[in-house]
Parts: sequence; structure tokens; C-alpha cells
Amino acid sequence: MAQSAPTPAQPKGATGVLVLADGTVIWGKGFGATGSAVGEVCFNTAMTGYQEVLTDPSYAAQIVTFTFPHIGNVGTNPQDIESQVEGAVGCIVREQVTPHSSFRAETEFVDWMKAQGKIGLAGVDTRALTRRIRVRGAPNAVIAHDPKGQFDIPALLKRAQDWPGLEGMDLARRVSREKHEGWEGGPWRLGQGYGRAPRDERPHVVAIDYGSKDNIFRNLVRAGARVTVVPAQTSLDEILALRPDGVFLSNGPGDPAATGEYAVPTIRALLERDIPIFGICLGHQMLGLAAGAKTAKMHQGHRGANHPVKRLEDGVVEITSMNHGFAVDNSSLPDTVEETHVSLFDGSNCGIAIKGKKAFGVQYHPEASPGPHDSFYLFEKFVGMLG
Amino acid sequence: MPKRTDISSILVIGAGPIIIGQACEFDYSGTQAIKALKEEGYRVILVNSNPATIMTDPEFADATYVEPITPEVVARIIAKERPDALLPTMGGQTALNCALALYNDGTLDRYGVTMIGANADAIDKAENRQRFREAMDRIGLESARSGLAHSVEEAFEVLERTGLPAIIRPSFTLGGTGGGVAYNRAEFESIVRAGLDASPTTEVLIEESLLGWKEFEMEVVRDKHDNAIIICSIENVDPMGVHTGDSITVAPALTLTDKEYQIMRDASIAVLREIGVETGGSNVQFAVNPRDGRLIVIEMNPRVSRSSALASKATGFPIARVAAKLAVGYTLDEITNEITGATPASFEPTIDYVVTKIPRFAFEKFKGTDPHLTTAMKSVGEVMAIGRNFKESLQKALRGLETGLDGFNRVLELEGAGRDEITAALSQQTPDRLLKVAQAFREGFSVDEVHAITHYDKWFLRHIDEIVREEAEVARNGLPNDAEGLRRLKAMGFSDKRLATLAVRSVGVAGGLAETQASRSGLLHDTLRAMAGATSEEEVRALRHRLGVLPVFKRIDSCAAEFEAITPYMYSTYEAPSFGEPEDEADPSDRRKIVILGGGPNRIGQGIEFDYCCVHACFALSEAGYETIMVNCNPETVSTDYDTSDRLYFEPLTAEDVLEILRVEQQKGELVGVIVQFGGQTPLKLAAALESAGIPILGTSPDAIDLAEDRERFAKLVNRLELHQPQNGIARSRDEAAAVAARIGYPVLLRPSYVLGGRAMEIVDSEAQLDSYIATAVNVSGDSPVLIDQYLRDAIECDVDALCDGERVVVAGVMQHIEEAGIHSGDSAATLPPYSLPDEIIAEMERQAEALALALGVRGLMNVQFAVKDGKVYLIEVNPRASRTVPFVAKAIGVPVAKIAARVMAGEKLADLPPIDWRIDYMTVKEAVFPFSRFPGSDPVLTPEMKSTGEVMGIDLDFPTAYIKSQLAEGTVLPEGGTLFVSVKDSDKPLIVAPVKELIEKGFTVVATGGTAQYLTEAGLPVERVNKVAEGRRHIVDKIVDGEIALIFNTTEGWQSHKDSQSIRASALEKKVPYYTTAAASAAVARAITSVRVSELEVRSLQDYYS
Repeated sequence: MAQSAPTPAQPKGATGVLVLADGTVIWGKGFGATGSAVGEVCFNTAMTGYQEVLTDPSYAAQIVTFTFPHIGNVGTNPQDIESQVEGAVGCIVREQVTPHSSFRAETEFVDWMKAQGKIGLAGVDTRALTRRIRVRGAPNAVIAHDPKGQFDIPALLKRAQDWPGLEGMDLARRVSREKHEGWEGGPWRLGQGYGRAPRDERPHVVAIDYGSKDNIFRNLVRAGARVTVVPAQTSLDEILALRPDGVFLSNGPGDPAATGEYAVPTIRALLERDIPIFGICLGHQMLGLAAGAKTAKMHQGHRGANHPVKRLEDGVVEITSMNHGFAVDNSSLPDTVEETHVSLFDGSNCGIAIKGKKAFGVQYHPEASPGPHDSFYLFEKFVGMLG
Repeated sequence: MPKRTDISSILVIGAGPIIIGQACEFDYSGTQAIKALKEEGYRVILVNSNPATIMTDPEFADATYVEPITPEVVARIIAKERPDALLPTMGGQTALNCALALYNDGTLDRYGVTMIGANADAIDKAENRQRFREAMDRIGLESARSGLAHSVEEAFEVLERTGLPAIIRPSFTLGGTGGGVAYNRAEFESIVRAGLDASPTTEVLIEESLLGWKEFEMEVVRDKHDNAIIICSIENVDPMGVHTGDSITVAPALTLTDKEYQIMRDASIAVLREIGVETGGSNVQFAVNPRDGRLIVIEMNPRVSRSSALASKATGFPIARVAAKLAVGYTLDEITNEITGATPASFEPTIDYVVTKIPRFAFEKFKGTDPHLTTAMKSVGEVMAIGRNFKESLQKALRGLETGLDGFNRVLELEGAGRDEITAALSQQTPDRLLKVAQAFREGFSVDEVHAITHYDKWFLRHIDEIVREEAEVARNGLPNDAEGLRRLKAMGFSDKRLATLAVRSVGVAGGLAETQASRSGLLHDTLRAMAGATSEEEVRALRHRLGVLPVFKRIDSCAAEFEAITPYMYSTYEAPSFGEPEDEADPSDRRKIVILGGGPNRIGQGIEFDYCCVHACFALSEAGYETIMVNCNPETVSTDYDTSDRLYFEPLTAEDVLEILRVEQQKGELVGVIVQFGGQTPLKLAAALESAGIPILGTSPDAIDLAEDRERFAKLVNRLELHQPQNGIARSRDEAAAVAARIGYPVLLRPSYVLGGRAMEIVDSEAQLDSYIATAVNVSGDSPVLIDQYLRDAIECDVDALCDGERVVVAGVMQHIEEAGIHSGDSAATLPPYSLPDEIIAEMERQAEALALALGVRGLMNVQFAVKDGKVYLIEVNPRASRTVPFVAKAIGVPVAKIAARVMAGEKLADLPPIDWRIDYMTVKEAVFPFSRFPGSDPVLTPEMKSTGEVMGIDLDFPTAYIKSQLAEGTVLPEGGTLFVSVKDSDKPLIVAPVKELIEKGFTVVATGGTAQYLTEAGLPVERVNKVAEGRRHIVDKIVDGEIALIFNTTEGWQSHKDSQSIRASALEKKVPYYTTAAASAAVARAITSVRVSELEVRSLQDYYS
């Protein structure tokens, strides 16, 4: 069984700790921000892109265990961030973070973590923790860092146990933008950074922000769209007033069922008006719910940059970036919904299309960042559908 | 998508002999491919001239041709077997070149053979520098500024664009042979000339220098649906300028942001698409400017490679197996990932550890050559190590190399050296540069300073710097006496032995006092131990075990624990979570188990032959119902395929690492024993440590092995058995040596004790030479004694391999060497059965071998070397273990000798095992293959010191035909006419007359140097005299350089004439003129040339010969 043996007494020199709701205490060396934070512990198997992962709002209320032992090698820079709002609350790594070596780096990873208010825990047998999650599912926990090593373990444990967990939690509302924003960023190029969105006449996409990654909008721009980003709870009328050629449903954290309570009616109305829709991750789940499917919490989730997805129309395999702990239940798909993509790891749903409509969604992240670029075509497909 | 049904038989071309740049990785790949194709029900036809391969075992392919891999011979196989398809991507450059030639000459078309895996156009596009460059331009990828040149003049025009330093790469050569880096115009001209010569198309590419840039490799697999996946990224620790095969590399890439990594990923896949690799694995190499990330494509290989083998071992993803399935029409999602058993192969492996590869070199074998690393590959092997962090991985690799390192050992010549001297040393690209980096840190250099000189990435340098700091801490304060402190050190990869060395230093108050006392016992020793924590490897181990600091074993699962691994492929780590206990995944079984220790990194003298034996032991013992457990650290091998044994530990072969594995395996089930006799010298060296730890060793006892290697003990046995050895003696000083040599009489053979591959062996003719030898041999072998043998000049040497179960002895093969005694047996051509020995001599050798086996109590394999002179049999040496000749014997006689031996070692009797009969009705010839062309400046002559990297087998119904096949397979095309140059020592003159006469009758003209010319003229042969080099010009070397000589017979006696004739051999090597340096080989060649027409060679499969 995968488990680090619980350590009853606090060892000398421990400056960080992870307290699982079941009472397991994993000691380590804290880094980054001090204090404590509660969330669900998940693991991510990507070997690059830790900065992008930690700034992805879909990781809100989550503590990311990186399976690759060396994290921080390339430091951090102002370009490799996916949003300005909260992402993961913390991370757990195997090795002590070393100074960076990268011409792109501006700040060391540990300093950046501190500035971001994220708590790091190093010196953990991350493989054992990952195996534990694989076997028992993702636990709720508190991660804490105190340079003096003063921890009130019973209090931390109570906090972990009292935390209700992601199920039923509408986190999208928390991480969504508060105002409309005309998106101005373009795709990234080595040596040039991010471009600017052109100002010419282009199909207009209104993107509903449930906790989106910026690279989605950059990819929409690259595919030829003009993008306006709106908050999660934007009403149908407000959306329609923006005269969208298409509506994009973003990724985001939390339980899709909870977010769906307000999102689904809006999406249903958009569908009825035959407005083209493209959803990613949580947005994909919203589309599924709107079409009558159900979502469910997964045992361990899919998080990494190596996940194979099969495109059912032609059998092509896309290697994708994934980050989800909930999925559309493919046994619940109504006749009006066609399954377009499935995970080759476990057969779970990875894409749907609404029959007779220009509306589709994918569970994975075609915008990559981090991860492979195999699925960029989806942005072109969507923009190509627009008036 | 189902597999192709329009083809039913497939020809696979192997890589031929082991050479620098093409080693066992192609046996690993080819074996996987053949298994994969057989699983799918195809009829597989294989051609490979290398008998030491697993792939040529007759049970793998349906028809196995151990024949030369030349287009003519393979065309004959095609004509005979009529395969539907040809898979050219499993046999390295050899197979690609051969396949391309068969395509270009129309053979494939004529017989309707389809190329699968990669077609001719894709191969050409990848290999042809100009086309490759144009292809990269089309997809918008940058190449280095460069140009092609077909002459020196053109080269200088290109130089205008690239500037100096410039890289020169000859087209269509292996591992960049003939290439290099030029820093000035004179150097440029000489490298261009060599490159034009080396290139079969007389073409070189001249490129702007990217020295100091970072170098990366991507292993890509693509299927016919255009699904493309990256199996592994590899980062070179050595920056650009050192061939990737000679570079220390790590996986995965450690210094790229995701954005940079994805640019490289996109580029790799775009390269495969543009080149047109439809299915299978490829390797794409990049250079990255560390200042701005500018990415340049260096090259791609449209086939499996050394790097793909490394990537397979590093990730658990079997690239060759998958590539073979893709070649017959499957798509990635239709193939199962065998490691998890639950997920498909269409994913990108992700790992949660760091892999380090360090190459192993053999410069000491090639005196006179420049020991610097360049863009032409020179390493002969490599070690791979796995750790949970870079430090652990790196230090495990250093000790796994088996070059005497326990970690970052001190570089004595730089100790206390001045800054200028250290800077100069660091700026040289030598094999031990990383050790010098550590030494520079010890001498006070900063990371920035070392980076400025070496261009190693600072991320790597900082880790080495930290290792050095930790070392200093232990050397100051001794070992920590708490579990946490010790585990922290162990998690950085420090070996117990290294820690002991450092700890002892902590009490070294008066220069070396502690070091000398450490090995003793008594009060002083106890005091030292108390102060240092431990003073020897054993004491560190004891301390560690007392504190409970033990390694755990983690699994290589291709998915960073996201899915359960069903395949027990493991590595050790100290893990060292900051607090708490690490998790162990070893999960030993409750079965009866046998551990087989492998041979470690390839080196000259210990290579694929030993891995072959280990693999056979796994197969045989598995068939016999045991659980087989393999331990090895050589990523090229079949033994480290997770499919070969039941459980695989990818670990250094040191006492420490092996004992920890055995500790875990003994926790459950029954450890029946360990096999140390199959992996060459590497596992044998561990026998004592295993025995003292109470581990049962199977087969012949280590004591018997020691007896055979201990001169004095062995001499007693020989006397008791009334056998004859050449006169011999042992000397521990120069004067003793001179006295012994005088007693025996010159010439004598000198060597240090306990060697493999005849390192530092030499024949000397005089006391002056003996003095010179003593000076260098002591240097090579430390303070071990020197052994002195009577040298039986012109004797015939023989090898006998035999098996013994303690009661019965069976001879598995008697081989007659073609070169006379004195040439290392690994470098000699040999025939099985003997081609010119009387039956009674053979019977006498068999009798002696039997007596020896019983007397030594051999249980398993034994190899005996004899010399026959004037009808008398002399015993040269006995090795009661698997020898280099075992796979050749097994393949020649068609009996799995190593498998039978493994079962004998496990306790079975020969009577209950398949019969062995070596008296075959056809002829097999083993010929050695040499890397001289890689080591310009070294003398390409055969001596008692082994220099060959590999071997081929020629097989046919008679000796001349089998011999000519062996020459063809080795790469020598024997002329059918032209001018023969003869220059032989006096004792050979009578022997050479007949062969020269035969060749004259065949139409050759003959030139010879003074004495030889006179002798031959007197014998009535028409001969023209030619000047020796010392006799003024135009001399023989001028004629060789001008291409006037087609064949050379040149034998020499003593050092002086050796030196005089070195330029002849060197120029012959350069001009690719076949040359023979012994009278016996010359006679064999003459017989072969006069009696066989290469164009009429016939081919037969092993299965035909055996039936």
C-alpha cells in the first residue's frame, strides 16, 4: 500500500507539513508563503510547466503534488503565467528547490511562490503520495509552512476535516473576472513574447470566464477571433448585447454541478438561439450539463501533459494536457449528444458535440501551456464556424 | 486498424559486428522487433553477421542468415527467400545503407520487396545533408550555417560563410567517422581531407560552430495515422562539440521551460513528417543557444538508435517493439503499454526520476591517438543510472562505469594546481572532464568560472558543487551518526566506499596516517572509527544498517505512478524524504529465485558476448521454473530489457548495490543462488563480497576461478595433472623480472595479473624492452606483480570450450586460431572445427580440458586456451567461467551451450540436458573487428593486448569460403587481382612462398621489400623490389597512398621493425587496403582469394545448417 508512515511527533527541523483529513501527517521543509491553506491534494505528472500549472485557476482550492522530483529548475518569468487570479494554493515537491538556470527566468521559484501567496512543501516522497492518491483517491488536506516550525497539528487536522471538499463547491464564481474585458493578447513567440490581438474586423467570441487560462484567449486570437471575456454569472441578455458570433465556455475549478446551477440555463438559451459554442474543461462539462448529461467526480482525476485522447471521427490520437477531477459521465449522454473524444487511459469522456448545433466541447486543454500543441485545430474549427 | 495482410514474410537486417557507434543496442532493438513480428504471425527472415547476438539465436527468426551484410549477399538472400517486405530500421546505419543500396540497384523492385518502417526516399532525405537542410528550410526550422563540399577547394569557399571554428561532418558515415572541429585553416584542411576520404560519396558538410550551445535529443514515434508521440527528451550535459554518443546525458531534459520544450516537441514531429518517416521511431537532435533559446536542428535518424535504446530503458517504453508493430500497420492506440498492461502505447511516458548516461572509453588501448572528444564518436560502451534526483543518478552512474571511481574521486594531477593549469585542463574535452570540474570546485573555482570555461549548464554545475561541499563536510567532521544525516548523504548518491574514504580523511591529522591505519585493526583503528564514523566500505554499511538507512526500490512504470506497474523493473534510491520513512515497492515474491549479475558497460574485452550468456541464463532458468532476477546497468543490452528476466534491477554492479538487492530479495521466497560466471570480470569481482555476506554462488566456486587465475596455485595443479605450460615465472620487481626472463629465454610475454582483454600485455625480445614495459605496466596496473611467460613464437593457438557438471565433461567446441599464439585470442580469427589440426592433437586437447574441468570442480562452463607447437600441446590458460567464445560456439554448432550451462549451475546433470556435439560438417570462421580508424595515430597491429570491439562469423561448407565470408562481413573486400605487397620477417619467409605463388597464378603482381623480394626471387617468383620507408622515396607508403596496392602481407618481428612498418599499416588503413599482419592469416587469405569467387557466394540459413 502506498503510504508514508504517519509521523506522530514533529521531527526537529520540519518547517512545513501536510495534514490529511484522515489524520496522516507528512512533514517536510516549507518554502514560499508562510501560513496554512486548505484544499484537495492532487498530482500532476507533467515534467515541465510548473509555473503555468500553479497559475491555472482550475487548480483553485487544490494542492498540487508534482511527480517530477526537480521543480524550479528554470525559475519563473512574467510570461509563463496563466491568470492573475488565484490558482493552486500550494504545491508539494520531492527535492529542495535549486536556483534556476534559464535565460528566461527573472525570479527564483521560491521567491515567486512567496510573492504569489502559495505554500510549498519540499522533501516529501511524492511518489508514495501519488500512489496513495491513485489507490485511495484525492484527499482533502491542509498545507502549512512556518520557518520556526510551529504547527498546531490538531487545529490543522480539524480544518482539513471541516473543509467540505470540492464536491458541491462553486469555485468558478470566486475566480472569475468581475468585469468585461476586451482581450488584447496574441500568441507567444520565442524572443518576442506575446503578440497583440489585431484590431481588424473578425468574428467576435464572447468568452465566459469560469476561471480561465489566458492561453485559451490567445489561441482564439491566433485562430482569427476577436475576444471579449465576461464574468461567470453574466446574464444571457448581457451576452447577447455583445452581439457574439460565438460563445466560448472556459475551464475553471470546482464541482461542475454547482457552477451549472447558474451557468446551464444561460447555455441552454444560447443553444436554443443556435449560437456556436465551444467549451473547454469545466466549460465542456457545462455544455454537457446543458445538453442533459451528468457529471461525476473522478477517483484520482487526470492531471498531466501526456494524456492520449482518441478523436472518434477518424481515430487520430491527440496527446493532451489535462487537469480535471470531474468528468462528463459518458453513460449519461442523451441522444442529442454525440461523444467525439475519449480518454485512451480509462475511456472517460473527453469531448462531445451537440447534434444539429454548432456546439462542442473538450474535457482537455487544447490551449496547452503547459503541454503539447496537438489540439490547436479545435480553435480553428470553432472560429471557422462563426458567421 | 488491423495489421497488414498483404505481406506475410519480412526481412530484417541486423547491424553486424559491434563497432564504435553500433553496439548491442541493435541486438536489443532487433530482438524486440523480431519477437513483435513473430507474435503477429509473420515469417521473419534475418540477416546479421554477428554470432554473439540474441537475435541470431535460431529460435527467434524463421530463417536466420549469419552472412555478410553487403548488398550483394543480402540480394542473394532475397532471391532465395523472396520476402514481401524489408524492415531496414532496426540495424543501425549498416542496415539503412544496405537497404538503400538494394533499393538503388533495383533489387527490391525486381523481387517485389516493399520497404516498411522507412522508405528509401525518407532514408535518403534524412541522410543526405543537402536534402535534409532543404527539408528543414521548408518547415521553417533553422539549420546551422553550412555548405557541402566535394573537394578541399569547395570546402574553403564554404568556410567563408561559416567562419572558424567550423565543424566538418562527412556524409553517410557512422557516428561521424572522419569528422571533427577545426580551429585554424591548417586543421580545417586536414579534417576536410580525412572527411572526404571517409565519406562513401566524397562529401563533407561544413557547419558554423555551435560550440558551447546546449544539445538535446528527442525520441519520437509516429504511426501511419500520423499520430506522433515523444518517448523521451534527453539533455546532453556536455555541450555541443562532443558527439552525443560520447556525451554525458540526462533524461528528461532538465533546463527547459515548457514553452521551449513544446517548441522542440513541435519541431521534432514536424521533422518526422517532412522527412517522411511513416511509421516507427526516430531521433532528432537539436542545439539550443543558452543565451536566447535559438533552436537549430542538427540531424535526425530515421530508425531506432543508441539513443532510442537509452530512451526505452529510461522510460520503460519499448520503442523497437512498438516500431515493429507500427511498421506492419498497427496504430499506437492499438498497442498495449506492457508496463501497465492497462493503457495503450499512444501516450508520452512521464518519469519521476532522473536518468544519467556516461560513456566509457578505451583510449588506453590505442597508444598514440589523441584522447580528446570531438564530433566523431570514440566511446566503446556506456553506463546508465537511475536516481530520484540528479546527484544520486550521476554518482550511481560514476560508480557503475567500473573505471575505478566510487563517485567524484579526486583528480590527483590537479590537486593543488595553479589556476591556469586547472583552467587549461577544464578547457579540454576529455573523458574525465566532469571529474576535473569537481576538482576545480575543490580548488576554489566558482560555478560561474567553471561555466565560463566549460559551458556546462550552471544547473548541473551547482549540483556537482554541492556534492563537493558535502564531501568536504564529511572529510572535515566524519560521518553523521544519525539516520537522518546519513540518509541525506546517501540520497545524494554517495557510495559507502566514497563515504569511507572521506570519513577517514577527517582524522588524517598527520598526512596519510589515518589512511594507512584505516585498514588495520586494534586500538588505533577503533579510535579512528570512533572519530570518523567508519573507516571502510564494510563499516559504513554496518553503520548504515544499524541506523536503518537502507535504499528503497521504486518502479519504472512509464507514467510516474499514475497507473499501477505490473512489470517489476526497478531502481534503488535512498529517497530521503525530509522526515518519515520512504516507501519501498520491491515486493519480492515467495518463489525460488536465481539472481544473474550482468557485465556492466561494454568495454573492449567484455561486451555483448557476456550479455548473451546472461540472457541465456535468464531464459534457461526461467524454463526450469526459477524466478530470474537480472542486475545490470548497461542500457544497450538485451539483458536489461524488462522482458528478459522476471525481475530487473537497473543498478550499478558494485558490492554495495548488489548486496542491497539481495537483502530485499531474501526477505521472501528462497534465493537459490547468484550467477557470477556469465557476466565477465565484473560480477566475478563481486564474488568475494557475496561469499562473505553468506550469499550462495551457483556453479563453479569462486575459489576454483581464483585458483585458475592464481599463477602459483594453478602451476601446482598443472603439475599434478602432468600437463605442460610454457615456462613462466612471476616477478615483483624489475630485477626479478629480468632474472625470470633470462631463465626462460627471450622472447617472453609480459602481463599484469588479473586482467581481461589482455590489457597491458606485451611480447618483448630483449631486456631493454622489458625495462620499458615495466615502467608502463606498473603505471597501468598499480602494484600487482608482473607475470612472465615463455612466448611460443609461431605456435598455433586453440580455444576449447567445455561444460562440466562435476562428474561429466562435454566439449562444446574446439577452435583453431588463424593468427599464431601471442595475438590476443579475442583479436584472432578462429575456425570451428579446426581447419588444419590433426585429430590426435584435437583429442589431446579434449583430454586435457576434461582433466582440468574435473580437477577444478567446474560446474558450468570452462574455456581453455592451448598452444600447439611442433606437435606438442601447451596449456596457456584456463577460465572456468563463460568466455567470449561461448556465443560463437553455440551458433556454430547449433546448441544453446550457455543455457545448458546455466541449468547445470542450478544443479542439473548434463545427461539430462540436450546433447552437445561440436563435430559439424560445415566450417565456421570467427573474425574480429577493429576500431583503428577511430583512433588516428595508433598502430593498427595485433598484439597480446585485445583491441577488437566485436566479431563476425563466416559460415559455409569449406574453409576458404567461410573465411572469405568472414572477411566480407568484417568489411574487407578482398581483391580478385592487382598488386600484392609482401614484407615479412625472416621466420615467415618460407611460409609465405606458397601463398604468394598462388596469388601470382591467379594474376596478381607482387612487390616486396629487399629481403623478402630476394627470398621470393630465389624461390623463382617474379617480384619487383620496393623501398622501405627508411630507404628513401618513392617508397611503399607512396604506392599505397596512390592506390597502387590491392593487398598487403606484412609481418614483423620485434619492436624496431614494428615501428618501421607502422606507417604502412596506417596508410593501408586509411586507404582501406586489406592487410594481414601474420603469415597464417596471409596464407588463409590467399587460399580464399584463389578458390572462391565472391560473386558466386551462396547463402544458407542457420536452420539449414543445423538440420
